[in-house]
Amino acid sequence: MVLVAVVLLVPRMPRWDRVKKSFFDVDQMRDSFPRLIDAFWLDVKIFAWTTPAIFVLALLIALARNSRSPALFPLRALAAAYTDVMRGVPVILWIYLVGFGVPGLGLERPYNSPLLWGSVALGMTYSGYVAEVFRAGIDSVHESQRAAARSLGLSSAQTMRFVVLPQAVRRVVPPLLNDLVSLQKDVALVSLIGPIEILRQAGIDKAKFANFTPYVVAALIFLAVTIPLTRLTDYLWQRERRRTSGTRVAA
Amino acid sequence: MTPKVSLRGVNKSFGANTVLHDLTLDVSAGEVVSFIGASGSGKTTLLRCVNLLEQIDDGAVLLDGDEISAVGRDPNPIRRRVGIVFQSFNLFPHMSVLRNITLALTKVLGLSSGDADTRAAELLARFGLAEKASVYPDQLSGGQQQRVAIIRALAMQPEVLLLDEITSALDPELVGEVLDVVRELKGSGITLLIATHEMAFAREISDRVCFLHAGSVAEVGAPSQIFSEPQDERTQQFLRRVRSH
Ligand SMILES: Nc1ncnc2c1ncn2[C@@H]1O[C@H](COP(=O)(O)OP(=O)(O)O)[C@@H](O)[C@H]1O
Ligand SMILES: [Mg+2]
Repeated sequence: MVLVAVVLLVPRMPRWDRVKKSFFDVDQMRDSFPRLIDAFWLDVKIFAWTTPAIFVLALLIALARNSRSPALFPLRALAAAYTDVMRGVPVILWIYLVGFGVPGLGLERPYNSPLLWGSVALGMTYSGYVAEVFRAGIDSVHESQRAAARSLGLSSAQTMRFVVLPQAVRRVVPPLLNDLVSLQKDVALVSLIGPIEILRQAGIDKAKFANFTPYVVAALIFLAVTIPLTRLTDYLWQRERRRTSGTRVAA
Repeated sequence: MTPKVSLRGVNKSFGANTVLHDLTLDVSAGEVVSFIGASGSGKTTLLRCVNLLEQIDDGAVLLDGDEISAVGRDPNPIRRRVGIVFQSFNLFPHMSVLRNITLALTKVLGLSSGDADTRAAELLARFGLAEKASVYPDQLSGGQQQRVAIIRALAMQPEVLLLDEITSALDPELVGEVLDVVRELKGSGITLLIATHEMAFAREISDRVCFLHAGSVAEVGAPSQIFSEPQDERTQQFLRRVRSH
């Protein structure tokens, strides 16, 4: 509906011609596209190396928060503080703080690259969010599963590894994918401290040609990646819902 | 002779709620003892204290005369010797029937996966579930799930098996197949502690029946005595109530 209205009405707006020229210039698209795709490759690389790091770190934090031994209280407190601090500050601010701050300490090349520290900032914040997802998953596994495992003589670590985690992870695949969709977009924020990834390349092109079309192309490139991911997430949500919430009421 | 399981003045509270109150009872090796009593009388908690899923506040739990409830003792070696089957089955839903049974065999007892599979297959065959080995728990009936849960506990070859209302979550027509498994265990040398609402079954299978009231042993004796000539007024009341249903 909304889409139809937009398609029909927008071209009738008085300044549509001007907008069309500066946002949807076909020649400009053709010209910028290869450069933007090249630059997008850097986004993909940042995404590819931060994602595994985020998952590992997040899992460790979630396990620390779920530890039960009274002696491990400091570890639990630390893990809780970490997730609170990471999630309590906008991602962009962490990228500025870490991405400018750490190289500013006077590290030698290549350890002073904003690209490196921007990625680290991204990994730090996202591991806070993902840790909470893992924790929710672990909490959702019923206590009786632990009782069954422990009663067979499995240690608490074995119980976590073979019984609790496999069930927990299965349940949180959809929210994890959700976070990945967000990460895929937030990678572009690293551009704000220097690296020439797609958003920054689009900005360069825009300035050079005094035309906004490169931004539109960049948006389309993002959509080409995030929409399939989002659809997949939705599909997995629905499947999980069907599995866990009983028979659906008709209408 | 040293009792197999010995409860000596056991106290257990959850917050202000005292659930087991100075409970004392000895169970001999190979004996079958059933625990009956109203809901909330402490049957589940008692069984969970025996395999250390709950920590007692006071008193002692002994296995072959060895104080297993001592603070700081590693519960894992003891749990290998004392199995439990739960009211709600508690099979691992993400594992096949076979893997449910072999998990602890390989990870706890250190059996090779071949040996574990063989032991599991033998037990499944013995209890008529051979063709279910590769099936997942949610594809089984409640009765089948509970039989698998019993096999999972038995596969560890425990000296003591605790059965906590193992038929209470089942449709009536599925109760029989599960009780048949327990009947087969009697006399195999294993010591059975059974919490149950099935009075007829308790009477049939038990060497002794123990009536729990408010977390203590109100009366314990041979099944014929407990069910035909209960001495304690609370036992009489409880049985009257159960029979009027
Ligand atoms: N984990 C727990 N936390 C708090 N109270 C509990 C817990 N487990 C059992 N109880 C309480 O202990 C009492 C005895 O419970 P239970 O041992 O399950 O009795 P039964 O199995 O005979 O019905 C009940 O009042 C119950 O509410
Ligand atoms: Mg109970």
